[in-house]
Amino acid sequence: MNGKKKIRAYRRRDYHAFIYLAPWLIGLCVLQLYPFLSSLYYSFTDYQITSSPVWAGLKNYITLFTSDKEFITSLSATIRFTLMTVPGKLILALAVAVFLNRDIKGINLIRTFYYIPSLFGGSIAIAMLWKVMFMDNGVVNALLNSIGISSVSWLGNPNVALKTICMLEIWQFGSSMVMFLAALKQVPKELYEAASIDGAGKIRKFFSITVPQITSIIFFNMIMQTINALQAYTSASVITDGGPLKATYLLGLKLYKEGFSYFKMGYACAISWVMFAIILVVTLLLFRFSNTWVYYEDSDVF
Amino acid sequence: MTKEQKKKLNLVGSYLVILVNGVVLLYPIIWMFFATFKTNEEIFGTTALLPSSFNLKNYIEGWTGTVIPYTKYFINTAILVIPTTLFTIVSSSLVAYGFARFRFPGKKILFAILIATLMLPNSTIIIPRYMLYNKLHWLDSYLPFYVPAILACNPFFSYMLIQFMRGLPRELDESAYIDGCGTFRVFYQILLPLMKPAMFSAALFQFMWTYNDYFNSLIYINSVKKYTVSLALRLSLDAESVVVWGKVLAMAFVAVVPLIILFFSAQKYFVEGIATSGLKG
Repeated sequence: MNGKKKIRAYRRRDYHAFIYLAPWLIGLCVLQLYPFLSSLYYSFTDYQITSSPVWAGLKNYITLFTSDKEFITSLSATIRFTLMTVPGKLILALAVAVFLNRDIKGINLIRTFYYIPSLFGGSIAIAMLWKVMFMDNGVVNALLNSIGISSVSWLGNPNVALKTICMLEIWQFGSSMVMFLAALKQVPKELYEAASIDGAGKIRKFFSITVPQITSIIFFNMIMQTINALQAYTSASVITDGGPLKATYLLGLKLYKEGFSYFKMGYACAISWVMFAIILVVTLLLFRFSNTWVYYEDSDVF
Repeated sequence: MTKEQKKKLNLVGSYLVILVNGVVLLYPIIWMFFATFKTNEEIFGTTALLPSSFNLKNYIEGWTGTVIPYTKYFINTAILVIPTTLFTIVSSSLVAYGFARFRFPGKKILFAILIATLMLPNSTIIIPRYMLYNKLHWLDSYLPFYVPAILACNPFFSYMLIQFMRGLPRELDESAYIDGCGTFRVFYQILLPLMKPAMFSAALFQFMWTYNDYFNSLIYINSVKKYTVSLALRLSLDAESVVVWGKVLAMAFVAVVPLIILFFSAQKYFVEGIATSGLKG
């Protein structure tokens, strides 16, 4: 940033910006800030859809953390889900990106094919596919049996079910992979050449050059994936419907049930604010330990 | 072994690794395709990939298996997804123009807010939004999807287009201003044509996300005649006490095919879109 730059007065034309930003500014206030703040307010109230909100102080939060056992189970399942899917996805994406970051024939087509699973995102179609594949007598167990491994109760065993759902998420590592590929292209080749001269091996180069050079994009991915993971709904809802024994009862499902089946809006908002608090903490921690803001750098020149 | 041979062997090895991993990765989709022709007996308890016969029974019965045929669900999906996508592109490119080409008071803080909203989880705001839409009688219509799109409420796309627009030379605007163009003409006649690739990428992603969306559709739409394909799939799954998986998978496959076709015909834009803006998904 150039501190000496002369600050010119705003011209009339500059104020035209507000005309172009008007739709967004309205949207920001009405559909983002207002819901954001009122959801915080509702979380401190008793609010059934039919009546108006009544102030209840910390009651919802106290209930969540002290008497609602389902919530604690749900929170712990969600945290485990996040801790498995986010690193799993990112490590796989990075490994594949590093492996596919080479100039061989047909590489673009190969990358395209590796991206396919990610096209379907949180779609219900793919969740249904996962369900049928991982049923007790499904094709996954059949394949395992054919190589002499005994069947696993992928959906019926509370210790396994969450992992089965995590696999679906990790399988869709494509977006992170494409972002990592783009970042890898930006790493200056001279660094690797210099390291080779110094006798560094492949692994050493990866950890001493590649990773530090793409940290900001790794952090960015981590934040975005964490936000998505904490809110996950479709896969757990379709594949196991929260079961067995609530092992896959993610916060998204809990929120849906409280808010849109029981219409306990205040209570559901409290759940959503616990989610938001986790996201906030994770984001702030990651920002603290990184220069992720670099990614959003906004020079004042433009 | 000479160095040359070693290199060749290495290359063959790489292709082999890529191939094996690729097959493992895509096996579920391949299996899904063949399973759409199978009966329950063929789907379960066997490793056989190919069905005993390729008849379209599952597709025909699946298509008409719920209260309304899938034709209607696909039409509904189009009515929901296409306008949402178009609105998003128009509104996001206006926002992008505002941020990328003007220096106005409060810009820094507004840009910071835009970035902060990238991290605002949908779950946190969904309940007040639902209440608001309820008051406005917008529930069970597609307005909860259209209006946020018109008001540029998905900051990903604004951010993506801002980044792109910042890369376009400013001299273009300057010379147009000298020629006496107003700001809108500069946007419409000069920048917009150059923005096409980025707008196309944004459109693809918005299309894909809205098409795949299940949670929001589930919350905002409740009458079957307005169901999208996502909701219809859930209906097919719950329709019978004994699920005929071939039928369910046939419809699930029909639901994912448009995405695969779109992806292969516009692959370049997908990749560029993710790479330039870091989208989720």
